[in-house]
Amino acid sequence: MIKKLSKAVGVAALTLSAAMAQASETIKVGVLHSLSGTMAISETTLKDTVLMMIEEQNKKGGLLGKKLEPVVVDPASNWPLFAEKTRELLAKEKVDVIFGCWTSVSRKSVLPVVEELNGLLFYPVQYEGEESSKNVFYTGAAPNQQAIPAVDYLMNQGVKRWVLAGTDYVYPRTTNKILESYLKSKGVSEKDILVNYTPFGHSDWQTIVSDIKKFGSTGKKAAVVSTVNGDANVPFYKELANQGISSDDIPVVAFSVGEEELSGFDTKPLVGHLAAWNYFMSAESDLNDEFIDAWHAFTKNEDRTTNDPMEATYIGFEMWAKAVTKAGSVDVDKVRPAMYGLKVPNLTGGTAVMNTNHHLSKPVLIGEIQEDGQFDIVWKTDGVVKGDAWTDFLPESKNLMSDWAAPISCGNYNTVSKTCAGSEVAGQQAM
Amino acid sequence: MKRIITSLICIFAFSSGVQANAKSDNLIKPPGFADAIETLALANTGNSELSQPKIESEKNNSQSTLISSIKSLDELAGQLITADYVTKKEIIRNIATLKDSRALPFIESILQGELFYIKKSDQLVYRQLLDNKKYLAVSALNGSELGEFKKRKLKKIGINNNLRGEMKTIIATLKITSTDPILREHAALEILKGANENTLTLIDLAISKETDSSINEILMTAQAIIHLKSVDPLKRIDAIKSLEDSLYVESRNALMLFINENKLNNSETSKEEITYAQETVNGIDKLVTLNNVAENIYFGVSLGSVLLLAAIGLAITFGVMGVINMAHGEMIMLGAYTTFVIQQLMPNHAGLSLIVAIPAAFLVSGLMGVLIERTVIRHLYGRPLETLLATFGISLVLQQAVRSIFGPLNQDVLTPSWMAGTFTVNAGLELTFNRLYIIIFSLLVLATLAVVLKKTLFGLQMRAVTMNRPMASSMGIRTGWVDALTFGLGSGIAGIAGVALSQLTNVGPNLGQAYIIDSFMVVVFGGVGNLWGTLVGAMSLGIANKVFEPMAGAVLAKIIVLVAIILFIQKRPRGLFALKGRAVED
Repeated sequence: MIKKLSKAVGVAALTLSAAMAQASETIKVGVLHSLSGTMAISETTLKDTVLMMIEEQNKKGGLLGKKLEPVVVDPASNWPLFAEKTRELLAKEKVDVIFGCWTSVSRKSVLPVVEELNGLLFYPVQYEGEESSKNVFYTGAAPNQQAIPAVDYLMNQGVKRWVLAGTDYVYPRTTNKILESYLKSKGVSEKDILVNYTPFGHSDWQTIVSDIKKFGSTGKKAAVVSTVNGDANVPFYKELANQGISSDDIPVVAFSVGEEELSGFDTKPLVGHLAAWNYFMSAESDLNDEFIDAWHAFTKNEDRTTNDPMEATYIGFEMWAKAVTKAGSVDVDKVRPAMYGLKVPNLTGGTAVMNTNHHLSKPVLIGEIQEDGQFDIVWKTDGVVKGDAWTDFLPESKNLMSDWAAPISCGNYNTVSKTCAGSEVAGQQAM
Repeated sequence: MKRIITSLICIFAFSSGVQANAKSDNLIKPPGFADAIETLALANTGNSELSQPKIESEKNNSQSTLISSIKSLDELAGQLITADYVTKKEIIRNIATLKDSRALPFIESILQGELFYIKKSDQLVYRQLLDNKKYLAVSALNGSELGEFKKRKLKKIGINNNLRGEMKTIIATLKITSTDPILREHAALEILKGANENTLTLIDLAISKETDSSINEILMTAQAIIHLKSVDPLKRIDAIKSLEDSLYVESRNALMLFINENKLNNSETSKEEITYAQETVNGIDKLVTLNNVAENIYFGVSLGSVLLLAAIGLAITFGVMGVINMAHGEMIMLGAYTTFVIQQLMPNHAGLSLIVAIPAAFLVSGLMGVLIERTVIRHLYGRPLETLLATFGISLVLQQAVRSIFGPLNQDVLTPSWMAGTFTVNAGLELTFNRLYIIIFSLLVLATLAVVLKKTLFGLQMRAVTMNRPMASSMGIRTGWVDALTFGLGSGIAGIAGVALSQLTNVGPNLGQAYIIDSFMVVVFGGVGNLWGTLVGAMSLGIANKVFEPMAGAVLAKIIVLVAIILFIQKRPRGLFALKGRAVED
């Protein structure tokens, strides 16, 4: 009996030590996405995407002969908690890379921590630009990869009056500022632009929709450019449909509405409204089919949708894996330069390239909402568009550029004065 | 080669008279109509091409001549698969000019997104969902079955917004002869939107045949708008006259255009006309202002009714029992989720399921309320701070529970067709049906609750317990049970509110949080423990919000209302309608 027991203990000890030995032999990947709270709706999917990518990479034998090990934390849609969890990931768990954040405010909260501890963050969501950190790779769209092409498309469709509707926080405010100055540069007069902000989770859209209706019925073709975020979209679109505004009267182009968000909609009344992204699930390519199949297999749910931030996560992960292989190390200072110029195939066809400004070159697509909650791609840029960290349409950032490769090595280099303003100023300007 | 064979088959099928399986609309085509429509569609061809993206219009020219020479629907339809949007527009216009009764259903199927093609064989098909998750493809041109396909093997004939608008106008012109007055009215409105010289013959003809006075009015407006551009001054004056007090936005736009254009040439006659037109516009503007005021009040009342629904339950749990129930919002959420579940159980009856959901949501939220009261709140009476923390904890537990069961994503609750659309008061004022129903519903709920409190034994016991517990207890009332049931009643009503809110906003785990603050605001403002106060409080907050919103924007409006309430509470701490008497003093 005792013999048996000691044997069992021995075996247990052995496996334990083996497990510990293996643990030190793994590459740790931090996953920093909210799994509870308001943003859980969007971010849970991205956590699953990273886990799927890790699983697939491990099936291929991991990286540098080591297995990848995910470290998942839950910052609970709480912005200061994002910073704390980042510190935990970098200082305590000693992760080699972090995939995470959704809202700009969470990224801003994480930024000082990754910079201080020299971590590496892949940020997979479209954002307002006006930022470039040495320690962050932005795989989502910058304004010139989403907002500006969308406005161009509508202009070609004959739109003359513009409603810029957004939720009241940093991303819509900055994007609308950029768009307003862009529209004016295209000869749109002040009275043909209506800017409107609503609080987070706004649910009573009657007055605003009725204003939009009046604004759009002066005989000139009008469109709504919507940076309305998250939950507020459903009641907004519902009210549009209820007041009888259809997409051929006043189309709405949204930058925050994708397949995932539409899964909570009855999309029948929304058919024809637009979204601008770098990826749509309906894109026709073998790689996309494979990705969707893998996603369905991973989630064991045939009805799960894929979306743009997922593709951005996919590209970011693939690039990081390539860079690690290329650098032969997971050390941030070696991986970072290895990233520049790396190419990874887009799920929509073509290849994405990582630039030295830490932004991708990607194609831009415009899709129209269909009855089944998918998008029909109605327009696509001819080639890829290079992400621009500092927009050319705001006076304060017109002369700035970002280039983290030698000899400039600066996130906000002033091309006129030939100086680097440094991270302090960059942070202030971004606000 | 393949395409030729396909179209040959199609031609054969069509000539043998097989109808495409789409809806029939009882079209009567008097002679002359078809010609009018044809000239219209042809005349439209040169129209609005500048609104196309540059990339597409470049390669268009050679193709368009090709297309206009094709005269059979089958061949034209076959072209749709490879065409870009500009060419598609061309093709559809040409299909409309064909004197072919199948043209209308065919165009409708494109507009509805029901027309697909098989990727491999380029055959146009409609699809039907089968039980095995595959689709049965039925040829769009001859109705024959072409086998089963996986979803991604069939591709939709894509359209964009320009095309959608174009098709709506085409369908409208084809439908203006329909026997169904609703369809005709719809068609007339579409014609009004795109009124130009080319449609004049059609409109004149339609007016001569039209018997319904409201449709006639729309058509006359369209006619007048076109006549504004006439060379005959008498016709122009008549047109302005008939546009007097017309609230269609198109009328005002046309008059403004008329004024601006004629100001340039200074002839004597046009000066008079301009003054006349200007007076007419001023008259219209006065009516529009009235409309706007009415609309704003309606919006305010509707927001008020939502606040009322959310707050009635709290008026009982907080107002009557004095429990600071932070989980009140989650009771609303549970009601909304109940609606979702009921709808899943009866998938084809969106309307009925909503009605079934009302008692179901009451029961689910009510039972949850009783459970919470018996297990937690019962032990915390008289300790408001602990109650607040405990119920806040419960609210988090409920949220996460729902998130674990249903997932973090919002659920899709369908809106029945009778709740969609608008109620037309006049051409410039339309009230949305869903809001109208919710206003009525909230008042019904309030009335029912008032009856329960005033006229039933349970209501009597409830009031007795809250006024003087020891006395009620010594009269033989089981105060514990009355507490539980009261809390259950309040929670149940919150559940009913959830049913209504599922029609307006997201059904997700965070639904309740959005309403908890507003609910407390209403109850405190209206006066704690007073249903009448809750009604007045909700309505005045709603209307105040909507009065400020157009001036200050949604964010600032909310802040102004909040500050106003804080100031008000300073003056009258017990709210609008304070309870009086000994019971309140302690």
